[in-house]
Amino acid sequence: MKTDSRLEKVLAAGHLAVTSECGPPRGAQPDKVREKGRYLHGIVDAVNVTDNQTAMVRMSSLAASVLLKQEGLNPLYQLVTRDRNRLAMQADILGAYSLGIDTMLCLSGDHTKFGDHPMAMNVHDIDSIQLIQMVKAMRDEGIFQGGAEIKGAPKMFIGAAANPFADPFELRVLRLAKKIAAGADFIQTQCIFNVDKFEKWMEGVCARGLHKKCYILAGVTPIKSLGAARYMKTRVPGMDVPQEIVDRMASVPKEKQPEEGINICIETIERLKKVEGVAGFHIMAIDWEEKVKEIVERAGLLPRPQV
Amino acid sequence: MITAERKPLEELIEYVRPFKRILLLGCNECVTVCAAGGRKEVGLLASGLHMALLKSGSTIEIREHTLERQCDPEYVEELVPMIDGVDAIMSMACGCGVQELARRFKGKPVFPAVNTKFMGASERQGVWAERCQGCGDCLLGKTGGICPIARCAKQLMNGPCGGSTGGHCEIGDDVDCAWALIWERLKELGQEERFVEIMPAKDWRPGGGSGPRKIIREDLAE
Repeated sequence: MKTDSRLEKVLAAGHLAVTSECGPPRGAQPDKVREKGRYLHGIVDAVNVTDNQTAMVRMSSLAASVLLKQEGLNPLYQLVTRDRNRLAMQADILGAYSLGIDTMLCLSGDHTKFGDHPMAMNVHDIDSIQLIQMVKAMRDEGIFQGGAEIKGAPKMFIGAAANPFADPFELRVLRLAKKIAAGADFIQTQCIFNVDKFEKWMEGVCARGLHKKCYILAGVTPIKSLGAARYMKTRVPGMDVPQEIVDRMASVPKEKQPEEGINICIETIERLKKVEGVAGFHIMAIDWEEKVKEIVERAGLLPRPQV
Repeated sequence: MITAERKPLEELIEYVRPFKRILLLGCNECVTVCAAGGRKEVGLLASGLHMALLKSGSTIEIREHTLERQCDPEYVEELVPMIDGVDAIMSMACGCGVQELARRFKGKPVFPAVNTKFMGASERQGVWAERCQGCGDCLLGKTGGICPIARCAKQLMNGPCGGSTGGHCEIGDDVDCAWALIWERLKELGQEERFVEIMPAKDWRPGGGSGPRKIIREDLAE
């Protein structure tokens, strides 16, 4: 075991892990974080806490992670390279670990163009792969990126993201290989709607033996409405929503669409369970945390293992 | 080249309004090539300023001149005989030229007529695009001759982010994904293995991280 992370323990014991997500509020509203956390308590092994997602200012992922920790959840602290240089990131990692956070996700982050501060500078002092390297060196070698020794190394279980649906497709396995070589212990993928394409990607992953070097959690998202399906299909970069998913959402009346979205999500999980190399699921129910329990339960993933 | 774009006329009028005689100064280097501040643009801007000021009932004398290179003290020296006859200088050179004038002519107000944009190349007639950010430690030899620092919106050094779609950057279909270009080029060169190497965190000191930069060539410096 590299860390005390509960997610690592679940994965190491061979269970299918389940993670979900909590987007911090756009205001100093700790109760909102606690409320979202309550829906996920006992339902998932770790809760991703997003870091200024879609480049919109929100409560810091570090603060929201601590709030969830205080409620007895296991936060999965997200950190993007867009907003901080290496000094600030290392400082926050030390702070996070000191406050009981032992699991994190290393990302580059959405471009500021998409958010509410398009006039801001994108920092990108280092990229997401270099961030993984940095966190690993902090943990395993006890050194800062600048080379100095750390007194009290943060033992983070290190996650990274992968998007099998972005282009060029032939680079997607190679980029995953780089993240693993850099030190990623686990991967959470972009939302999977096109399972055929995901399977093709996983074939490449398994052919290189990458699934044995790192745990791969397949990302899924319940679609709330036909409008949401269309939006994700056409407007979100790197998202692959097949037409049949849109058609299926369109085939039911508006009031039945949320239920249909959840059905699709559960069917997707069932299909993904059969894919070699899938070590668990990352359920991104965006502003729909109250439905995660139903999804996890109906997908046969409750109760969560005690490790 | 260093690229530039003319500032809006309204902004320039406000700069020159308080003066009777100005020197409008072009540069025959980069800004001529990118059609922002060469001899031709000096002429056009002079007419534009004249007309705009006439409309508001005022007049100004504009002396037009274009230097071979405004960022070079040797050429800037040519201006000495002209300077006493003007109240202010408006420069159509890049920021380097503007600052060279300000350094040389201490008592004379100097105004920029262009916004200096980036180091770039001409993509086609009338279109220039960024190619270099002057990071001071060129890595083009490792990336197939395409720069991820200047051309990836996130300056990613280890491959395309999850927003790369059909060869385009997530910020817009009019922007190429630098890593899609790099990958195509590495394939053409049979250098795919270069992609697998992890490029370590960059040292930004040569790129300005350690403050304003200077090159001192001992063999040439006087």
